[in-house]
Amino acid sequence: MLNISSWNLRSWVNMIVLVLLALVPVLVSWSGNEFYLDIATRLVILAMAAVTLNLILGYGGMISFGHAGFLGIGAYAVGIPVYHEIYDGFLHFPIAIIGSATFALITGMICLRTKGVHFIMITMAFSQMVFYGFVSIEDYGGDDGLVIEARSEFGGLFDMENNTTLYYFCFICLLATIYIVRRVVNSRFGMVIQGAKGNERRLQSLGFNTYRYQLACYVLAGAICGFAGALLGNFTSFISPEMMDWSRSGELIFMVVLGGTATLFGPLLGTTAFLLLEEYLPHVIDLVYKGGGVYWQLYFGIILILVVLYMKGGINGFLSRREGSK
Amino acid sequence: MANVILKVTDLYKSFGGVAATDHVNLDVIEGEIHAVIGPNGAGKTTLISQLSGDLAPDGGQVEFQGEDITHAPAWTRALMGLARSFQITSIVHELTMIDNVALSVQAHAGHSFRFWQPAREATELQEPALAALRQVGLEDRAHVVSRNVSHGEHRQLEIAMALAANPSLLMLDEPMAGMGSDESAKMVNILSGLKGQKSMLLIEHDMDAVFALADRITVLVYGRAIATGTPEEIRENEDVRKAYLGDEAA
Repeated sequence: MLNISSWNLRSWVNMIVLVLLALVPVLVSWSGNEFYLDIATRLVILAMAAVTLNLILGYGGMISFGHAGFLGIGAYAVGIPVYHEIYDGFLHFPIAIIGSATFALITGMICLRTKGVHFIMITMAFSQMVFYGFVSIEDYGGDDGLVIEARSEFGGLFDMENNTTLYYFCFICLLATIYIVRRVVNSRFGMVIQGAKGNERRLQSLGFNTYRYQLACYVLAGAICGFAGALLGNFTSFISPEMMDWSRSGELIFMVVLGGTATLFGPLLGTTAFLLLEEYLPHVIDLVYKGGGVYWQLYFGIILILVVLYMKGGINGFLSRREGSK
Repeated sequence: MANVILKVTDLYKSFGGVAATDHVNLDVIEGEIHAVIGPNGAGKTTLISQLSGDLAPDGGQVEFQGEDITHAPAWTRALMGLARSFQITSIVHELTMIDNVALSVQAHAGHSFRFWQPAREATELQEPALAALRQVGLEDRAHVVSRNVSHGEHRQLEIAMALAANPSLLMLDEPMAGMGSDESAKMVNILSGLKGQKSMLLIEHDMDAVFALADRITVLVYGRAIATGTPEEIRENEDVRKAYLGDEAA
């Protein structure tokens, strides 16, 4: 891994993205523009969610259209205790993990009995249930959302109120998630998951109860995504059911596909590209065609369609092919 | 009589009123190669699918090593030592040859809820996998992604995956399907090399291969087992000639 002479274009791009992300707070303090730290924190948290989605979608072939539900559960695991003036992070994060893992276990047991389009629809239905569930709970703001007045406290270990600290905490969690997914994917468990994606019936005739493995994978991804949701709750200071709407789940899928499914760094590249486009595309369009920036979503949509049609394997696949043609 | 490893009693399966498996009785004796032959549509694959647990029978009983497995799911049968290969190649195309075989080894090496140590570095998986590939002559193709190898090699990989499970009974569904004569000869070689070591239930269209390999043959016509016997007996059998070999000749 650290043998630089053998690095290809892809490794370089991955490394540059990581180094830039690590340096964001430094760059921000130079430029004095706090806003970029905001984008970067959001990016890192969403990338973490995308990495976990990639575990089930990319490696496991389980196309979940409800992944934002876990983000929402994690965020409310911070928001609700804080509303009750419980600020302990050692409570928030376990609640987020256990809450989303339980939700993944119960819904996964049902969802995984279906395949293909049915699986997509039923995961979406369950996350919409959570969405409407939180909309209906007036105590916690209903669809108006909930203001989180303070961030999680870690008993003086580190101060999440400091934006730079929060950023680095999120960044380290992202690196840890990527590492965990890498280990899991290459483990015996990961081989079963990948095998079941390619040919589930065959894996069963080899002697694997694929259902159990897929369920475990679904719960693992959900749990880590819930953790990311708790980070998101800390970061945004305002949460609402809207953050677990099905269109949010769709965006997560897009980040994974854009970067390249079933690749280690694909989701990070995809999330980066997605958020940068979302942020800067309006300005770029305005430069080319004054006043056109308002309609940036139209162009964004066209770009996304072109990527799906012509960039097989997403950004990651594109970089690999450049490598091959050299 | 020697040990009966697989005993099928009065097995019945119908699809929309058509009996695909019509009260079939059949047994496989330990160590023998038992071939099932029959014209297209005789219900050979339907039969093997019920034995492997991929299809549920409507009636009758399947006993494996004295245990009733009629309603056991596919994965428990596999763990008990029943391995099958598929007529239409069924492998994981995205993985390498050795990954496919290693998964078969892994299935019998305890549970796979092991999330941390790299599976490709586990010698207890890789060595048996490589040995199975060697048995079918694929060891130098071990690290090729399965999608990129020939049809014949896919068929060999199927056998390697079945062998790697170290099964008590190997069920092969037309291992020579779609092969050229060179590849077929190679496969006959591989299988005759296993003769005596493994009990086998062999479904095959290639008559030369069947008569060269089988200890006993059961003839299936329209879902019914019309005869069972040694290759010589089957060759002499009038019913078989009429129902089956006659068809081929005509």
